[in-house]
Amino acid sequence: MLRGLAAMVSRAEPLAALEAKIAATTVDDTRLTTVPFLAQVGLRLDPDGPAAARLAAVLGSDLPGPNRAVAAGAHRVLWLGPDEWLVVAADGQEDSLVASLASAVGEDGGVIDLSSNRTGLELSGAFAREVLATCCTIDFHPRVFGPGQCVQTLIQKAGVLIDQRTDDTYLLLVRPSFAAYVAEWLLDGMLGLQADFSTR
Amino acid sequence: MFQIRCPYCGPRDEPEFKYGGQAHVAYPADPEQLSDEEWTRFLFVRDNSRGRYAERWNHAAGCRRWFNVIRDTGTHEMVGSYRSGERPEDAR
Ligand SMILES: [Zn+2]
Repeated sequence: MLRGLAAMVSRAEPLAALEAKIAATTVDDTRLTTVPFLAQVGLRLDPDGPAAARLAAVLGSDLPGPNRAVAAGAHRVLWLGPDEWLVVAADGQEDSLVASLASAVGEDGGVIDLSSNRTGLELSGAFAREVLATCCTIDFHPRVFGPGQCVQTLIQKAGVLIDQRTDDTYLLLVRPSFAAYVAEWLLDGMLGLQADFSTR
Repeated sequence: MFQIRCPYCGPRDEPEFKYGGQAHVAYPADPEQLSDEEWTRFLFVRDNSRGRYAERWNHAAGCRRWFNVIRDTGTHEMVGSYRSGERPEDAR
């Protein structure tokens, strides 16, 4: 039992088995990159309550509104729901982030380390939006979606949190056990676009 | 495919949502006083009317919140949605 737990505690990259295929699949400059580990801290609080102002001081920004993401210092804050946010930072920051956020929130909400809950996939390049369109029904056209917006939705059957970081870069956060499924759909979309190009 | 307006996230495609049955079915004030038939009625018996129907939906793949929708059961028109605690007249 203890030995089993120890094995579970050691970290394995969720997409290690797909790494070669991911590296080999591109459409022009568009590619997928794994971001296996990220610090991710969940926040639950009343945005009109006393914790919100204290948090803003710690985060360096107000909590974002619906479907919005803000960059503040070394982390990003993503809106997940009317009383729920996710703070995302580099791997290793989770303990210090939890400590500073928990001291700001105090008894007026909840702060929890969710870093193991999702792994990252970065889709970047001039055709990133076209690749997403092959497997996700959200409209990412720049007239309705852009950097600073995030969305929780589905890629086919799998839940995904998509954070648009730049004009042509999206960070997808997915459950580790669904990461291969999501990556395969994105890679399949890239292969389809490759085929389109080769017949032009 | 339906589009449903989540009162928190905005319009999204129906696969993001889970259906929750008729809305505004009040939990009995004193469940222990209910007869078996009354309890059965509370748990299982729902209106099955044609026309505008208030029902619960959960934005399962989005913000995960429950809310209410007015849907026309004859035409599938999504008349509007409103948050828990708001009234059917608030649907938009
Ligand atoms: Zn929602």
